[in-house]
Amino acid sequence: MIILKEIELITGTEAIIRSLEKEGVKTIFGIPGGAVLPLYDELYDSDIQQILTKHEQAAAHAADGYARATGKVGVCIATSGPGATNLVTGIANAYMDSSSIVALTGQVPRNMIGNDAFQEADITGITIPITKHNYLVKTAEEIPRIIKEAFYIASTGRKGPVLIDLPKDVTTEMLEYNPPKKVELPGYKPTIRGHPKQIHRASELIATAERPVIFAGGGVISSGAHNEVVTLAELIPAPVVMTLMGLGTIPANHPLTLGMIGMHGTKYANYAVTECDLLISIGVRFDDRATGKLESFAPNAKIIHIDIDPAEIGKNVRVDVPIVGDAKVVLKDLIKLVKSKARKEWEDKIQRWKREYKLTYEKSTSTLKPQYIIEKTSEIAPDAVITTEVGQNQMWVAQYFKFKYPRQLITSGGLGTMGFGFPAAIGAKVGVPDKTVIDFAGDGSFLMNIQELATAVDFEIGVKVFILNNQFLGMVRQWQELFFNKRYSNVCLRCKGMEFARIAEAFGGTGFEVTKPSEVEETIKEALKIDDGPVVVDFKIAREENVFPMVPAGAAINEMLG
Amino acid sequence: MAVLVENKPGVLARVAGLFSRRGYNIDSLTVGVTDNEYISRMTIVVEGDEHVLEQVTKQLNKLIDVIKVSDLKPVETVERELALIKVKAEPENRSEIMLIVDIFRARIVDVSPKSMIIEVTGDEDKINALTNLLRQFGIKEMVRTGKVAMIRGPKIVEKKK
Repeated sequence: MIILKEIELITGTEAIIRSLEKEGVKTIFGIPGGAVLPLYDELYDSDIQQILTKHEQAAAHAADGYARATGKVGVCIATSGPGATNLVTGIANAYMDSSSIVALTGQVPRNMIGNDAFQEADITGITIPITKHNYLVKTAEEIPRIIKEAFYIASTGRKGPVLIDLPKDVTTEMLEYNPPKKVELPGYKPTIRGHPKQIHRASELIATAERPVIFAGGGVISSGAHNEVVTLAELIPAPVVMTLMGLGTIPANHPLTLGMIGMHGTKYANYAVTECDLLISIGVRFDDRATGKLESFAPNAKIIHIDIDPAEIGKNVRVDVPIVGDAKVVLKDLIKLVKSKARKEWEDKIQRWKREYKLTYEKSTSTLKPQYIIEKTSEIAPDAVITTEVGQNQMWVAQYFKFKYPRQLITSGGLGTMGFGFPAAIGAKVGVPDKTVIDFAGDGSFLMNIQELATAVDFEIGVKVFILNNQFLGMVRQWQELFFNKRYSNVCLRCKGMEFARIAEAFGGTGFEVTKPSEVEETIKEALKIDDGPVVVDFKIAREENVFPMVPAGAAINEMLG
Repeated sequence: MAVLVENKPGVLARVAGLFSRRGYNIDSLTVGVTDNEYISRMTIVVEGDEHVLEQVTKQLNKLIDVIKVSDLKPVETVERELALIKVKAEPENRSEIMLIVDIFRARIVDVSPKSMIIEVTGDEDKINALTNLLRQFGIKEMVRTGKVAMIRGPKIVEKKK
């Protein structure tokens, strides 16, 4: 007797949808176009929520914001050619901040690849340096395996973006659907557990240190190691400084937090790092904005570096005890070996610095101070998820918002992408709909993805945009003021009286304008009441307010202005 | 260094691109399939101090298609290169050229009335020495493969990462 095996043939697009569903994808951000017409046709009948952004860059940022807010993989889709190239900034941004996104791009049919066909771009070639990995799918048979691998790569080890390029005729080809049970990648085996000998050496250094400091970065957030960091800090005890990406590791009201280090960090954080004799660095990459002049960075300290990416160890600074592994797993092991020890002199010094060098700004009852707006927001909406744009707005938020928990701050740290915050806020709000999501924007940054107001209106996404509007590219102006003799070249965005509140209304959202400090609190409360569409609050702030303290580029972090 | 990679399209671009992107110079790069048809082996010659080599190794290891990276120390390694040299060979020079070829244990693989192609295998110094000697007759064209290398003794560059 011959038994015929039952073979199930499906189209490439159906395999894509099934594979995405298997990965637990609930939402995608994207824009259709010629090469992804078959895919969007399949999506038309799918339960996956589809957010149609108005620019592909915003789709990538929204997927990134979604990923960071939820800890899941964000997914974006764009068509071939310009659709795909518009994703590039968003992918580079996710790469620099190690954010898990999977980008699906359309491609021209296989027989036309390389012929400069209409809307053809070599997107796999273009994105090699800015993706953790990418794929050009050659046959429909490969789709289930590639999608499974892509999600695995994006969400494990040091996280990052993965791009899958799908030629149009591959998506319409039939295949036998046999989803793989597991991923087999001989060249990809992230180290999770730290080496016991190294962890032991780290505990010995901690035991003998007189002036220890914990230095926490984005890797702590990504690994979910925040509780372990706080436990370790309380156990040693040691104060905690954070990078921009690490904010939220330890609550802002915790006695051991010193806030952010670096160019616009707190003085006491920078002093502590400069004077410490042991720097316990966790999930950081010693970026120049955090370290300042490398030769003067933690000059008296032994350095422990815990990171999941071996290539980060020894890249910028020499390390005494490297530990490759997942921060949470390594810290759990390390905590078992650490004993408490009072270091009164160091603790007193830290507390004295904290009192003496408090973050401060000149208060005003007549002009709007951005710091005041952020402090008020932090009081009124302490649990809100905050996204930022890039520039002064970002630094003021890092300094004055009292972050309580990890993933509360979503910001473009590595690439420094203006225009990131608003679409990222949309993605975050879709991911955590029950939370208040606020994008602190500058007027310059907001203009870079302002079209997404239409998306927020269409899909009734209740994001708030608080524009700290100084009618300048503020951070550039600040540098021109300090280092270029106040020659304000190309930074004035007065635009003959643009009204952001009316722009928001014209899109179908809600707009407020605030000019006086007395209106701040009430307007924030009004804005927070609206949750079925975007709210833009245009705060007309003091135009030449600067971000201080500040370490000039190339200086040591304890040489601060302001 | 020896790099085992998955034998897939685009892998060479990923590896070569990484070097230029991170500011490292490649002196030579050769690639060919191993006894396992799914795995290719690259031999890459890089100049740099220990810090640079460590970073190159780590960055290469981050590429998903890279299976294994081994630093081959020159003293423990057999290195070979192959060159084809097309040299002007007028009748009056032929015997002298053949003599030189013989001394270097090279081979003549093509002869025409006015030229010869010489094939030579060896380490870099040997090929340079032969090239220098042949230059007097006039080198019309030359192609070198770049180095391939293997660790001496029983140790091997294994697949496991």
